[in-house]
Order: sequence, then C-alpha cells, then structure tokens
Amino acid sequence: MTSVLGVLFDGFAYGMLLFLLSVGLSVTLGMMNFVNLAHCSFGMIGGYVTVTLMNSMGWPFLATLPMAFIAAAATSVVFERTMFRRLYRASDLDQCLLTIGLVFASVAAAAYIYGTIQQPVNLPSYLRGSYQVMGVTLGAYRLFLIAFSLVVTAVLVISLEYTRFGAQVRAAVDNQRMARGLGINVDGAFAITFALGSGLAGLGGALAIDIVGLDPSFALAYLVYVLIVVSVGGLGSIGGSFVAATLLGISDMAGKYYFPEIGSFLIYLVMISLLMWRPAGLFGRRA
Amino acid sequence: MTSTDGALAGPQQYLRAQQRWRAIEIVFWLSLLLPFVVTPNYLVLASQVAITALFALSLDLILGYAGIVSLGHAAFFGFGAYTAGILSKHGWGEPLTGLLISGFAAGLLGYLMSFIIARFRHLALIMITLGFGFLLLELANSLGWLTGGADGLQGVKTWPLLGMFKFDLWGVTSYWYSLIVLFILFLVCRRLINSPFGLSLRGIRENAVRMRAVGAESRAHLQKIYTISAAIAGIAGALLTQTTDTVSLGVLNFERSADVLVILILGGAGRLYGGIIGAIIFLVARDQFSGINPQYWYFPIGVLLVVVVLFLPNGILGGLAQIVESERWQRWTANLTPWRKKP
Repeated sequence: MTSVLGVLFDGFAYGMLLFLLSVGLSVTLGMMNFVNLAHCSFGMIGGYVTVTLMNSMGWPFLATLPMAFIAAAATSVVFERTMFRRLYRASDLDQCLLTIGLVFASVAAAAYIYGTIQQPVNLPSYLRGSYQVMGVTLGAYRLFLIAFSLVVTAVLVISLEYTRFGAQVRAAVDNQRMARGLGINVDGAFAITFALGSGLAGLGGALAIDIVGLDPSFALAYLVYVLIVVSVGGLGSIGGSFVAATLLGISDMAGKYYFPEIGSFLIYLVMISLLMWRPAGLFGRRA
Repeated sequence: MTSTDGALAGPQQYLRAQQRWRAIEIVFWLSLLLPFVVTPNYLVLASQVAITALFALSLDLILGYAGIVSLGHAAFFGFGAYTAGILSKHGWGEPLTGLLISGFAAGLLGYLMSFIIARFRHLALIMITLGFGFLLLELANSLGWLTGGADGLQGVKTWPLLGMFKFDLWGVTSYWYSLIVLFILFLVCRRLINSPFGLSLRGIRENAVRMRAVGAESRAHLQKIYTISAAIAGIAGALLTQTTDTVSLGVLNFERSADVLVILILGGAGRLYGGIIGAIIFLVARDQFSGINPQYWYFPIGVLLVVVVLFLPNGILGGLAQIVESERWQRWTANLTPWRKKP
C-alpha cells in the first residue's frame, strides 16, 4: 500500500515536470497549428543554462531558474521571428522537417560544447533529503517541484482566463481568422505566447536535471513524451495537458516500477489507442 | 508537371509520355554499374546505398505521391530485417525466398496499419506513425528470446545467391544483388506511379476532399499504396540483413526513420529518383566524414534540413528541374543545339 502511494507521488511529480515541458507547445500548436518538434531543444537550453551558472559561476540553484526561463524564451523568439514564421502556412511535413533539423543541430551543438556525459547538479540542502508522512517517503525536491508546478499552473490559468491578453490568446486558439477579423494582433500574441511557452519548457528543462538527468539526447528523448502529452491532452487546452501529463507521469512511473520489461511499450500502446479513439485528444475540440 | 503539352492531350497521352524512357534515365542506371570498375573497394558502401535508396523509394510512394507523412517508416524496414534474420537463424538462409517472405510479412503488417493510417491526418497521423515506430522498437527490445534484444540477433547465415554466388567480403555479390532488386522494384514503382492509380494518388495528395467529390475513393487507394510501400521497405530491410548477416535494434530506431526522411527530402520527394540521389549523397558524405564523432554528424544534417526546407522546397532534383524548365535554360540549350527546333 505504501509503495503504491510512493509510486503515485513520484509519478505525480514526474507528471508535473512533463506538464511544464509541454504546456507551451500545446498552446502554440493550438494557435498556429505549427508542429514545433524543437520545443524540447528550448527546454534543453534552460537545463544547460542552469548547469553552467551553477557549476561555473557558483550561482544558487533557485537564482538560475529565472535565467533558464529567460534564455529559453529569448532564443525561441529569435528562431520564431527568423524561421518559423515563414512556415505557418506550409505543410505539416515542412514544419516537421525544419524543426527536426533544429533538434539535430541542437543535440550536436550540446554534445560539442558540453560532451555527452550527464551534467551534475548540486541542489541546496533544503531541497535534498525527504520527509516521512504516514510511512510514505516524500522527496523534498519532488514536493518543491509539485508546489512550483501547481503555482505555475494557477498563474497560467488565471492569466489566460482573466486578462485581456489571455482573452486574445483564447480567441486566437478558437478561431484564428475570426480573431484577426476583430482586429486582434494574432502574430504579436503568438510571438509572446511562443516565448512564454518556450520559457516554461526551459524552466522544465532546468527542473528536470535532478529527476531525469541532462545530456544532449534530452531534446529528442523527451520530445516523444511532450508530443504524447500534447496530442492526448488536446491542442490548446491547458487543463487537457495537465490531465494528460499527470496520467503519463504516473503510468510511466508505475510501468517502470511494476512491469520494467514492457513499461514503455504500454505507454505507446495506450497513446495510439487513445488517439484512435479520439484523434483530437481527450480535451481537444478539433484535430 | 514536367511536360505541359502532354497534359493538354488528355490523361492517357500524358501517362504514356511519362512511361517512355528518357536517355538520361538509361545513362543514370548504367552509371550505377560504375562502382564495379571505378571504386571496387567501395562496393560494401555501394550496396548500403542501394538498400537505403530502396527504403527511400518506399517512403517516396507514400510521402511524395500520396502525401502521408510518416515519422516511423523504419518499423517496416526493421520488421523485414528481423523476419529475414529470424528465418535465416532457424535454418532457412535462402536469400530470394527470404526476401519474398520478409516483403510479404512487412506488407501484411503495413496492410493492418493502413486501416489506421488512412483515417487520420495532421498531428494525429504524425503521432501515430511515430508511436508505432517506438512501439515496434520496444517490442523487439523486450522479446529478447526471439530477437536477441539489445545484443542483436546472433547466428544469421545467408546461403549463396542462387546456390552459386557466395556473399563475399568485398561486397561484389551484395552490390549486384541489391542493385538488381532495387532496379526491379524501381520498375514496379515507376509503372505504378505512371498509371491511373498513381495519378489519383497525386490527386489525393493535392486535395483529398475534391477527389472524393469526383468519385475517387481515397481511403482504399491510400491503403493500397501504404501496403505496397511497407512491403518494399520490408524487402529493403531484408536485403540489409542478408548482405550483412547481422540484425540489431538499430534497424528499428527513430534515427533510421528520420535519416530516410532527410534523404528523400534532400533528393526531392515525389520524383522517384529523389530517394536514390539523396541516398548516394547522404551515405557517401557520411562515409567521407566518418572520422568525426557521430554525435557531431547530425549538426550538418540538421542545418541541411533547415536550408532545404527554407530555400529548396523540392529538393535537389526539384531545384534542377526548375532550372531545366526555366525559359533561359530552354533558350540557351536551343542555341547550343540548333537542330532541335522549339515548336
């Protein structure tokens, strides 16, 4: 019983990580239908910024997190303005090819600069260790991760529901042409959303180091997980991404714990079946 | 398309004109025999090129002609490779029947998959093909008793071709074998594409809704071409197994799916020869740069992809075709060859 609760807890923390990594992609995909496979590369930038600041410049862990966010957001907006915007009306294939090209280049660049080894991260003492609650071991860092992600989710939902900018984003996701017709600056809103989403991915990349490690293959390995969250949750749906990320995190953790032989196999099987049942995702309104 | 006067004369004439062999095509196929004489030390690489070209050709059928984006086509390549390997390990190393059985097995898998594929488009399709590729990789990894798991399949032994030609270390038999299989299947694809069936596939690629409106059932067509493509990919995989006598998980991984996509896009999708040209350039370049860390190899590949998508949307062959069809080139060649009057 306690082991079940432990797996649930770890899985939930892992799911929160996946949520941070993927929520930006969900919203931008819903807005522009742009298949950005390089999303996790921006996440990886965040991870490497944190590692560099901590290990070379001695910054404290928490202070590096905003920098990870800013670095990923700034880089992504440069790419969005110079390359991605030219392909908004292009086919899925062209979008996939361009962004997978960026993934390849980013993986190779990271391997060149940092080598292929796992990057170490030294957490501050208050994030290490664990607490015992009713016989269940709760890692301090995972508690921090969950609390952090819940705060981010709350901020996201509130700003999307109750601000003018959020209303513009929602309008653009629902019907881009109509939103343009009403005089909403969809391109501008998209650029900001894109930067924010990539920034969140960068934050996810930085927070992921202690849980899943960081090496150049991160951009490709977590791309699949992020795409699963986005497509199962439904495009443009924050709630959908949250549910899908939680489900994926818990089932992946449980699969690895209870059926280590076929854990990943089950994940892909469930994803394909879900997509066959609902091609637009669990909470999506359109494919 | 390439000939404008053919389109005016009706579809039958257009297809017949497309079926005719051009001089440059014959020269191209004859030049593929050159490695035997010019670079006999590179025949192993040449047979790899032929196999990859065949794999790219199979992807071209669905991606270039029918517009089905697949990020997991290695699933069929790997399925064929493992079928041939397992057959050979359990006592049947005859290459030709092994090839046929592997092609049939991969085709069957493709037929089953096609029911799913034909129903989806856009992101869901990309995700399903991607997930299916990973699914098969995980399956091969966990069925260690059958596939050898991460260690690869041990004990594959291919018998001499036709009972006479042993597969040698220098790759003479391998290259002949792969090249002939590539040529035969290329003929099949060429005939298929330049037929009413091939024409309706292109119609589906351009506008699936309108094709249904004119009474062409798109789903059955998509299923047919997907099955054929899967079978050809399986044959390519089986060729790899038979010419190298090993099978590893690498035949199924995402990099293989991505590489073949890069090759096809680089050469030019929807042009039959695109995959072959792309395979030659990609594999020869990789061989030349094999000294550098394979991790870094993906940097130029990534940059190349970005450049091709942004500046050369139809690949190398598309770019060449654009030059050849341009007014200036036509005028220039007309001056060079005054006996070939323009109508």
